[in-house]
Amino acid sequence: MKSAGGPTAASRTPNYIGVPLPRANAKRLLAGRGQYVDDIRLPRMVHAAFVRSPYAHARIVRIDTTEAHVPGVLRVITGAEVAGMCRPYVGVLAHVKGMRSAPQYPLAADRARWQGEPVAAVIAETRALAEDAAQLVRVEWEELPAVTDAETALEPATPVIHPELGDNLCFERRVDSGGVDEAFARADQVVEATFVTTRHTAVTLEPRSILADFNPAERQLTVWHSTQVPYMMQWILARHFGLSEPRVRVIAPDVGGGFGLKIHTYGDELATVAAAILLGRPVKFIADRLESFVSDFHARGHCVKARMAVSKAGDILAVDVDDLYGIGPYSGYPRGSANEGIQVANLVGAPYQQRAYRARSRAVFQNKPMYGQYRAVGHPIACITSEGLVDLAAEALGRDPAEFRRRNYLPADAYPHTLVSGLTFERLSQHEALDKLLAMMDYRRLRAEQAELRKRGVYRGIGLASFVENSNPSSATYGQGGVSIAAQDACTIKLTATGGITVASSINEIGQGGYAVISQIAATLVGVPIEQVKVVIGDTEVTPYGGGNWGSRGTGIGGEAVFQAGKALRANILNFVARLTESEASLLEIRDGSVVEAASGAVRMSLEEVARTAYFQTARVPRDFQPELTVTRSYAQKTYAGTYTNGIQASHLEVDVDTGFVKLLRHWVVDDCGTIVNPLLADEQIRGAVVQGIGAALYEQCLYSPEGQLLNGSLIDYLVPMAGEMPDIEVGHTCTPTATSELGAKGAGEAGTAGAAAAIMNALNDALRPYHARVFTLPFTPERVLRALGKIQ
Amino acid sequence: MREPAEIMEVKLVVNGETISRRVAVRQNLVDFLREELGLTGSHFGCEHGVCGACTVVVDGEMVRGCLVLAAQCDGARVETIEGLSGNGALADLQRAFHERNALQCGFCTPGMLLTAAELLARNPRPSREEIRAHLSGNYCRCTGYQAIVDAVEAVCRARREEAAS
Repeated sequence: MKSAGGPTAASRTPNYIGVPLPRANAKRLLAGRGQYVDDIRLPRMVHAAFVRSPYAHARIVRIDTTEAHVPGVLRVITGAEVAGMCRPYVGVLAHVKGMRSAPQYPLAADRARWQGEPVAAVIAETRALAEDAAQLVRVEWEELPAVTDAETALEPATPVIHPELGDNLCFERRVDSGGVDEAFARADQVVEATFVTTRHTAVTLEPRSILADFNPAERQLTVWHSTQVPYMMQWILARHFGLSEPRVRVIAPDVGGGFGLKIHTYGDELATVAAAILLGRPVKFIADRLESFVSDFHARGHCVKARMAVSKAGDILAVDVDDLYGIGPYSGYPRGSANEGIQVANLVGAPYQQRAYRARSRAVFQNKPMYGQYRAVGHPIACITSEGLVDLAAEALGRDPAEFRRRNYLPADAYPHTLVSGLTFERLSQHEALDKLLAMMDYRRLRAEQAELRKRGVYRGIGLASFVENSNPSSATYGQGGVSIAAQDACTIKLTATGGITVASSINEIGQGGYAVISQIAATLVGVPIEQVKVVIGDTEVTPYGGGNWGSRGTGIGGEAVFQAGKALRANILNFVARLTESEASLLEIRDGSVVEAASGAVRMSLEEVARTAYFQTARVPRDFQPELTVTRSYAQKTYAGTYTNGIQASHLEVDVDTGFVKLLRHWVVDDCGTIVNPLLADEQIRGAVVQGIGAALYEQCLYSPEGQLLNGSLIDYLVPMAGEMPDIEVGHTCTPTATSELGAKGAGEAGTAGAAAAIMNALNDALRPYHARVFTLPFTPERVLRALGKIQ
Repeated sequence: MREPAEIMEVKLVVNGETISRRVAVRQNLVDFLREELGLTGSHFGCEHGVCGACTVVVDGEMVRGCLVLAAQCDGARVETIEGLSGNGALADLQRAFHERNALQCGFCTPGMLLTAAELLARNPRPSREEIRAHLSGNYCRCTGYQAIVDAVEAVCRARREEAAS
């Protein structure tokens, strides 16, 4: 855009919102100059390694650390010692009624409750020495019967993990509109299935990492932490170690992937902090891959029995859902392990008219690793259930699955729409998204090709999955439950002495592009070239307070705070210049780093001159006027529990009916995340999220023995999606900005994961249709496909 | 306690610099590069040779730095992301990755770049499937791999065009 002014006029500053700019902060990562926690070395730094329980459930009879005290080892810390320094924690939320858990300690003191639970920490000069010495810690165990099957966890014969709770139930949620049994009784068709998702985990390439330093003279704790939530960690460390919160500094340097893994409390990390406090020197702990598999939070191990009632005319009349999932031996802290079940109970059938709806979700304790939020929390399970039932119903009625969906979507004029569960959708764009998707994939042509190929013994499938995805959560998610996880974010923008801006934000960078999003919004709102923007993130000592990165909230909430701060700074600058130049602020604009007359574009003052006047030549400033060129603004979304995004995905795949192998041919997504700040980032983030969903659909699962031993806990045995198996993924958008903010952005980080596995399941069952074979247990391994085909027993 | 780790003297050339160190014979190459030389661009992702985050070049061959001992590199020439960035060998790949946002958290990126460079050195005209297959030893959890494949494809095309002109 060019201004209408003459040759002296500054050209209008570009609007960077919506522009696919490469990320300024990516260049150093490309040059190998990132700085992740493990790249930081401090003077006198020592290393932690952990002794972990080899049993899923065992009593610790005694621990003998005598042999471990070899040269190079500074200290061996056991559960009792850490328990004396760190208050125990209980992962319940006050506003989630009926949720229960038991006090948890960083290191198991008398009983270990999962294989991999940390029991003792060895602190040594090098990690290698610490690992050597950890093998010399003698633990005498008494193995106890383990609870490893969610299906039987509530049976009277099953041992109770926390006897004081009476049984192994952590949480139960019920939703009921009434009228469900009546609707099933009068239905023309009822379809039902049991959908099973197998426990899997985030597998960030950078494992969990922490470096803690303690200065006893000031009782100052400084922690470099691979975290998505610096302020949440500041609160936890201060609270549980009895430190003054301002004297706990949490720095998140480059973070090598988060996906929800790095929003939880981990005992080994707390024990590392305890070691730093005990020793008064820096202690580093970097989880290796083997211990990651047995100590990272896991997710998504559900069994959902569900049925749907439909009319001959093609209307969904009722949905009935019973979900059971096995968490770890404790509810996760501080967010609890109930959110998956809450989302399943809330959201099955949510994209459609819920005429009658009933759901129950139960979370039960098990002797398996801790369990909780992972990208798209619960949504993939809700989506698999909804979309699986929808395809079964369409097939039972002989309807095209796309048209069956269209008929049953919430009407376009239904918004805001409140679900049976009480959640409200501000506005969805289902019909538009479906139309766009069908056009992108050339649905009719693919259907024709599918029919043609079947005649030749080539089995291809087309699967659709409509999804909704929560974003921009309000305090209803956590804050109202009494845990200090901010629902609000803030931004401070400072005009620098030469007319640039530094932008400090409480959201941070975990690879998703937070830095770029913040700079693009700030540059646009203030009116400076983007090269003049420096972003400051990931440090509780220098950024304003806020929630950080989880729940698809960074751009929607953190970005709106940047938007408001930028707007406020621009207004302050214009008011100042108006006063200095005896003009009206409303007649001025900031373009390309200069204050100009809006009408002519003539430059009145450069921002450097503005800063120089305000900071150095204060004699030029009227005595009764104080320019404020550093501003802070905060934002919280308070209208809805979350501003839901929506969209639809499609998978096209081919099954080899002799081997059971699935080849993904192509994948399409239409996503509606409202305003997009940077489409380059949004699109690849959606693709990455889809690939995680594909991992769940085809490869990823934590396999356990009946005794609770993880059988595939290495990157050799646990399969993750690699480039070779992945299809090209075409991404399109519909755009329904949220009216809850001026920016209008909703989250883009999780939706891809929410819908991908359901699309693949439906495509696979579509491909297998000629054989009347169906699969509903994920991952869809060749073995499961062959079993469904009846080719193996 | 086991016998104390044996120490060995090694002399090698890392990114063009001659280095002499006494190393524990059990120390792997990436640990050596990171801990002894401060070259932290090569990362540990699995320590099983599966994820590719530790990829470096030894005597012209791409290797998993976690599966090679520093002691084995006595007399070798080792190149890492830092050296190959400094000498411009990866400049077009780095530019293409940047333009297409073919990285998010960046943890896999050094290994991914080195692997892509190896492919381009061997095969100037890889198909999209060949690119995908070649990169399949490098795990990226953030992107959908597509931007990476696009970037490598674009560099292949540009290099061919440059060679033809």
